[in-house]
Amino acid sequence: MDEKDRILLHLLEENCRTPTKELAVLAEMSEEDVKSRIGRLEAAGAIRRYGAVVDWERAGDGNVAAVLELKVSPERDFGYDRIAERIARFPQVRSLRLMTGAYDLQILVTGPSMHEIARFVSEQIAPMDRIRETATHIIMKTYKENGTTFAEREEVERLPYSF
Amino acid sequence: MRDFISARARAIPPSGIRRFFDIAQTMEDVISLGVGEPDFVTPWCVCEASIYSIEQGSTAYTSNKGTPQLRAAISRYLDTHFGTRYDPEEEIIVTCGVSEAADIAIRAVTDPGDEVLVAEPCYVSYTPCVSLAGGVPVTVPCRAEDEFRLTPEALAESITPKTKALIANFPNNPTGGVMQEADWRGIADLLVDHDLLLISDEVYGELTYDGNHFSPARLPELYERTITLNGFSKAFAMTGWRIGYLCAPPAITAAALKIHQYVALCAPVMGQIAAYEALRIGEAEKDAMVREYRLRRNLFVDGLNKLGLTCHVPKGAFYAFPSVASTGMTDVEFAESLLREQHVAVVPGSVLGPSGAGHVRCAYAVSRDDLKEALARMATFLESIK
Repeated sequence: MDEKDRILLHLLEENCRTPTKELAVLAEMSEEDVKSRIGRLEAAGAIRRYGAVVDWERAGDGNVAAVLELKVSPERDFGYDRIAERIARFPQVRSLRLMTGAYDLQILVTGPSMHEIARFVSEQIAPMDRIRETATHIIMKTYKENGTTFAEREEVERLPYSF
Repeated sequence: MRDFISARARAIPPSGIRRFFDIAQTMEDVISLGVGEPDFVTPWCVCEASIYSIEQGSTAYTSNKGTPQLRAAISRYLDTHFGTRYDPEEEIIVTCGVSEAADIAIRAVTDPGDEVLVAEPCYVSYTPCVSLAGGVPVTVPCRAEDEFRLTPEALAESITPKTKALIANFPNNPTGGVMQEADWRGIADLLVDHDLLLISDEVYGELTYDGNHFSPARLPELYERTITLNGFSKAFAMTGWRIGYLCAPPAITAAALKIHQYVALCAPVMGQIAAYEALRIGEAEKDAMVREYRLRRNLFVDGLNKLGLTCHVPKGAFYAFPSVASTGMTDVEFAESLLREQHVAVVPGSVLGPSGAGHVRCAYAVSRDDLKEALARMATFLESIK
């Protein structure tokens, strides 16, 4: 990856719907060059997916989200990978990470109600082999997601002219 | 009652765009490309440090020259980024913005009757400051065909036995023009031959997009006859903090310090603490802003040229300076009609010097969405006057 790739990735991360023509102007390269670079980045898995940052609360969806902390006994030869792989298969699991510190796996789960999440944790996650302990934290409010601030600030007045 | 206004104050011409202000004030949806300041808010780490310092009670005067920590940080910063060496004790003064730095620099070296050359088009304060100091401002043109660089030929034509100094601002407001080492060498020979001083305002130095900024004081023959001015407003998005600095050999710095201590005492302490923090940990955010300006420049200049408003690619600062010759209008007519009809504010180039005539200054320090909207409105405007 070079500087030009980095610029393209930043631009796509910010808005993946930016037209190729505009990307070419912004990144100072030809449209063909943009297309072939993006193709290469997609093939290499540097670009995983194109999506939108959705404020579900604002969209009117009453989904509940929670962060789960799991303490897990790792397996010989596999460590945390196999158990993580099993957890990742649940569609309720939006993200899954291995952490340093007081617990091992951190999961973000979403569901239609608190009740559904509680059921998912107690019936699906907690009973799994090698899971020693779970702690569930309900998300009360999201202020910032993937670099995007949700709360709106008042615009500061600026002069229309200055030298 | 007699007229108390001094002849010097009376002689300062009124702002060339006062009426533009008044027109813009009546509109709700103006896209302003008229303002020479970043749209970014100061990096949060910088604001945070200043807030904390106020909570801790840092609200007093500092040393006239500025806090020792900030001067030391500026000295290291200039060495690392621009290869210029200034001693933090003897050769640096922290000022209330570069505006004050320019004023005290000019006053420190100008005697009544001295001619001071000002490379134009340029920021509007240099010539009045020269006049207020009793000097005679003489403008030197930087032309579009030279990519708005200062040429030795133009400079030579303006030098007389009374010439004392040259004021230059590169990267340039309003043209975005820059001067590379080779360009400065030609100028340096003339300055040495005629024993002239250089006041180099480099407040846009960090905003250089193709290659690195060249600070003229790096040339040994210029260092001893150069006052370098820079500040935090543009690069670190800190316009409202009012922190700039002046760097010069000890004798000049000492003279400027005498003026500074009487007119300003010291720069605001909150701003100095913020500026120190900017140098300590704000560089990554500065670099991110510079990358964003470059994207905006590419987008906007491409758009202008497609509209037939010919524009050289500015290599520095955050201004595009397109020619409006293709419209058959003067720059003042163009700027006024564009504001009235499409609510886009730009600054007519002639306000910033005779060589700016026929051009308008568009600051691309606004979001890319606003730049696209401005281009769309300009397209509508151009269509309407065909």
